[in-house]
Amino acid sequence: MLELFDGPVPTEEILVRWYRDEAGSNYGAYIPFIGTIRDEDGISGLSFDIYEPILESWFNAWQERAKEAGAVLKMAHSRGDVPLHTSSYVAAVFSPKRKVALKMINDFVEDFKASAPIWKYDLRDGKRLYAADRSTPISGSGILGE
Amino acid sequence: MVRVEFLGPIQKEALEVEATSLRDVAAALQSDDEVKDWLESCAVAVNDTLVKSLDTALKSGDKVSLLPPVCGG
Repeated sequence: MLELFDGPVPTEEILVRWYRDEAGSNYGAYIPFIGTIRDEDGISGLSFDIYEPILESWFNAWQERAKEAGAVLKMAHSRGDVPLHTSSYVAAVFSPKRKVALKMINDFVEDFKASAPIWKYDLRDGKRLYAADRSTPISGSGILGE
Repeated sequence: MVRVEFLGPIQKEALEVEATSLRDVAAALQSDDEVKDWLESCAVAVNDTLVKSLDTALKSGDKVSLLPPVCGG
């Protein structure tokens, strides 16, 4: 399940809803990761652009991996502006056993950072500034410059 | 003609380019001052599938997307 929201992710509602949705699914472990916007470097918040077609295919490939391990993945992310101390990203793994879920949430979030087609901007002094120094080229980048 | 789209922070309107492979798109973009500095760091998708070869064939109506470095979360 992939959910996108304009503005902050409604973290409390989502965590409870996902918990309830899987309450009867016989999973032994529910491991969420919640990303919250920190007050640093004078920003008033962050902002995000998303390219949905490739985000969906990336997420669906991960969901297949999870299924092979008997697990299920869920993810929610923000579009547009997200103020300080609210959340822009929630991901979770449900699995029969805790060790599978702990490894998968780590691997999933790492690959999310490296591959998901989402662009981050700092909101500072009324401007929206691309976070170039914290961004990572997707694997295989640069062929057009050859 | 193929349509070339620029995603995220690349502030540029889509282009229509005559191309039979990504090599033709690369040649067109390398001579475009607005976008050439992005090429070294961008991933490329054809019809929303990421590709890694300049020899990727293109036909009229295809969509080529440039994806600059990402940072979700």
